[in-house]
Amino acid sequence: MTATTVATAALELRDLDVVYRVRGYDRQVLRGVSFEIGRGESYGLVGESGCGKSTAALAIVRYLPRNGRVSAGSINVAGIDALALGGGSLRQFHARSVSMVYQNPGAALNPSMRVGAQVAEAFTVLGVAKSEAAERARAALARVQIADPDSVMNRYPHQLSGGMQQRAVIAMALAKDPALLILDEPTTGLDATVEAEVLDLVAQLQSELHTSVLFISHNLGVISKMCTRVGVLYAGRLVEEGPVETVLQDPRHPYTVGLLRCIPRGGVRKDHGRLDTIPGFLPSLGAEISGCVFADRCALADERCRTDEPPLFDIRAAHASRCWYHERAQELPRVEAADLELPPIDSTRPPLLELTDLTKVFRQRGHDVHALTDVSVSIWPGETVGLVGESGSGKTTLARTLLGIVEPTAGTATLDGRELPSRYQKRSKTDLRALQIVFQNPDSALNRRHSVQRILLRSLKKLAGVGGSAADQRMSELAQRVRLTERTLTQKPVQLSGGLKQRVAIARAFAGDPQLVVCDEPTSALDVSVQAAILNLLVELQAEKQVSYLFISHDLGVVRYISDRIAVLYLGRLQELGPADVVFDGPHHPYTEALLSAVPTIDGGGRDRIKLEGDIPSAASPPSGCVFHTRCPRFLGDICVEQEPPLVEAEPGHLMRCHIPIEELRRLQAKETADA
Amino acid sequence: MTELAAPAPAPAPGSEARAARRERLRLLLRSPSFIIGAGIILFWVVCAILGSRITPFDPLYDQTADLSESPSRDHLFGTDRLGRDVFSRVIAGSRDILLVAPLATVLATVFGTVLGLTTGYFRGIADDTVSRIIDAVLAIPLIVLAVTVIASLGSRSVWSVTIVIAIVFSPIIARTVRAAVLGEAQLDYVEAARLRGERSPYVMFVEVLPNVMPPILVEATVRLGYAIFAVATLSFIGFGLQPPSADWAVQIADNYPYLSDQWWTVLFPALAISSLVVAVNLVSDSLQQVLER
Repeated sequence: MTATTVATAALELRDLDVVYRVRGYDRQVLRGVSFEIGRGESYGLVGESGCGKSTAALAIVRYLPRNGRVSAGSINVAGIDALALGGGSLRQFHARSVSMVYQNPGAALNPSMRVGAQVAEAFTVLGVAKSEAAERARAALARVQIADPDSVMNRYPHQLSGGMQQRAVIAMALAKDPALLILDEPTTGLDATVEAEVLDLVAQLQSELHTSVLFISHNLGVISKMCTRVGVLYAGRLVEEGPVETVLQDPRHPYTVGLLRCIPRGGVRKDHGRLDTIPGFLPSLGAEISGCVFADRCALADERCRTDEPPLFDIRAAHASRCWYHERAQELPRVEAADLELPPIDSTRPPLLELTDLTKVFRQRGHDVHALTDVSVSIWPGETVGLVGESGSGKTTLARTLLGIVEPTAGTATLDGRELPSRYQKRSKTDLRALQIVFQNPDSALNRRHSVQRILLRSLKKLAGVGGSAADQRMSELAQRVRLTERTLTQKPVQLSGGLKQRVAIARAFAGDPQLVVCDEPTSALDVSVQAAILNLLVELQAEKQVSYLFISHDLGVVRYISDRIAVLYLGRLQELGPADVVFDGPHHPYTEALLSAVPTIDGGGRDRIKLEGDIPSAASPPSGCVFHTRCPRFLGDICVEQEPPLVEAEPGHLMRCHIPIEELRRLQAKETADA
Repeated sequence: MTELAAPAPAPAPGSEARAARRERLRLLLRSPSFIIGAGIILFWVVCAILGSRITPFDPLYDQTADLSESPSRDHLFGTDRLGRDVFSRVIAGSRDILLVAPLATVLATVFGTVLGLTTGYFRGIADDTVSRIIDAVLAIPLIVLAVTVIASLGSRSVWSVTIVIAIVFSPIIARTVRAAVLGEAQLDYVEAARLRGERSPYVMFVEVLPNVMPPILVEATVRLGYAIFAVATLSFIGFGLQPPSADWAVQIADNYPYLSDQWWTVLFPALAISSLVVAVNLVSDSLQQVLER
């Protein structure tokens, strides 16, 4: 789709500069950003955190924080000069012209108001009579595919799942039939399966209503699925813009090229292909930049890039890049050249860790919640087992049980042949040092009052039993191994970027040379370029130390990249377990199949989406028979309702829990791939 | 790997933490309520330290003037029934209360923090039991409780007042600390510490405590205001500081039967008490705004 003419554009930004005033200085956050969104068009804005995506959205709806202001440029929404509005006209603008959907629907809804009343409010604001508003709200909820609008209207937001909440928010946003709908990371907090449903819904509504959409995301896969054109933002500057397929397949700015190379995809695995990273850091907020904003981190940059700001070069129709060397942007040298030598896993040896029939039942308000049921997994030395499943599937409970934070109701864990006491308090020093964890959120995982040095020295003392000058020596080695500079050691976590914090957390886990490290979503709070560096580090440490990982992630691309074998959990039951390639390439368990097809990919195409209906059932009353039968796309009939299928070795090394024979699954799935 | 080839992290160099501390101090010093409150407190502290060395007359035994003289040039605040200079007594009267109230607050804070940390960290039955006891204690009016304890102790020394106020205030502080610890103990660093084999006291005092200091500091200053009030109240009803102390509340208690014709003997010590309480509250409010932003 090409940009439509100025007169009909839903959004027109011209040379927009936004500054934030921090400690008495104006810091520039957006630098001359210009783009247009035609009527009915869906435009994506991507970039890593701190690039100014959300600032752009806030500037458009005139919600910049008090210390922020538009210092130059213009914003036109459907012909209205948004910057000229004030008082009543600004209110009218908010009420009628623009809508915004935020990342966290739980925070966007009023917790003390019933959903129906809130949605109805979106109509009464427009002047609809109270009596009619309820009816309109019901219709709006039905339009966002809420199956039972009447019961949903009577509930409070906390009684709805994240996906349902986001639907209600979207229903409110669309109430006014806005000239421009802004979606700011609308699915980032949701499970892949729910994300897929919400994205499908937005795509469908957009095609029905011809709403113009500004879609903000850090996820290129989502942008590729949802948008026709995309703009890449870096340090407040639009560095590349064009049709989605063109930009993703033929990027012409080194930043876009680097960003795409960071993402594990297309079946790349840790042993034959390291992820590329983007060296260096984003310029600090409001830095004075004379040349190209990306020059400092660009391997192609020369003197001209550092002194002269490149103009926006037109490469072909509607595709433009702000790079002097756009014609050879794809020749950007790789940062990670050498592949790693990973020693093969010797499965004839006894496994390092053996979990046998691990079961956990929580008592909650008089109900038994079956968080884990008979989970048996073994991990060999130097092996990575990926653990996937939607939230509520028991991934975290499994990790916490293994670490001894949660006591299992039944089942055992043995490490190196010796049985582990069920609680960490009773475990020996050797066991504690052997099992460590890297948490998802490094802000929460590091004590913000302690310096990096203090954190590492204490871990060395407790886990490796070294103190004094020997500890200093070990700390330097440890810091070097995870690529922390000397300067970082004296700093406190708050002074570090997310990636550096995660390196500190990894160093802490490795202080006592662990045998198995649980990685609980270690990269999901990080930007893709940082994620790539952290994944590389974990693989390097594995090659060097023969450490095993239990790697939990909802990002299937990441899991595939790092794992040797993959375990799929659903409602606390192991549904499938097998070598990573086999689990991904099929034949898959129907649940795995649904998970895989829910992921929006950059490469586009792929399989047709298998829809999972509804939310994951409550673990307090799991369905009879096969627990997955209520949502299974390949539901057979009574047998699935009545009998729980056993976990059987369907082919060597590939375990599956399904009534459908593996050959039948292979046939069904191959047929659909061929049809697609 | 070269992610760190250029070791200049995104936040500009220069210690961010120190900058934040300096920023907090700057905000404090720019807040008028903090300046006024701290000024008044400083004034009373100086009076307490120097005491009778700076008063124009002896606050305790001077009887050179006429009895019950109304405010005049010689005696700015007049004299009392025994001919003592009220101005001198107001200046000197700050000493005892500025000794007892802060000491009681410090004791209450230490005790309350230990109690709150322990209950919030361990949860479970001990927490439930202690918390219910605390709730029960808090339900009894403070003065009634204090009077009961002092009466049963039988001693009315400065020390027993201090201890009693410390005991009465510590559950309140414990409750605040417990609430802060509950949130903090959920964080992953606490789990990480346990998983490297740290014992509970280490986790509580070295890992968690530094992170809950801001609410404790604020709570302590709030309690200081109340402690001043409590000391004054107890002294007024005869259970606190005892004559011949020049304490403000003792002065008020001495003179209030003659309020109708010797208003100056009550008004000035009363103003002194309120000025101190208000000043402490001003400081505590501004501290809260800066620390808990």
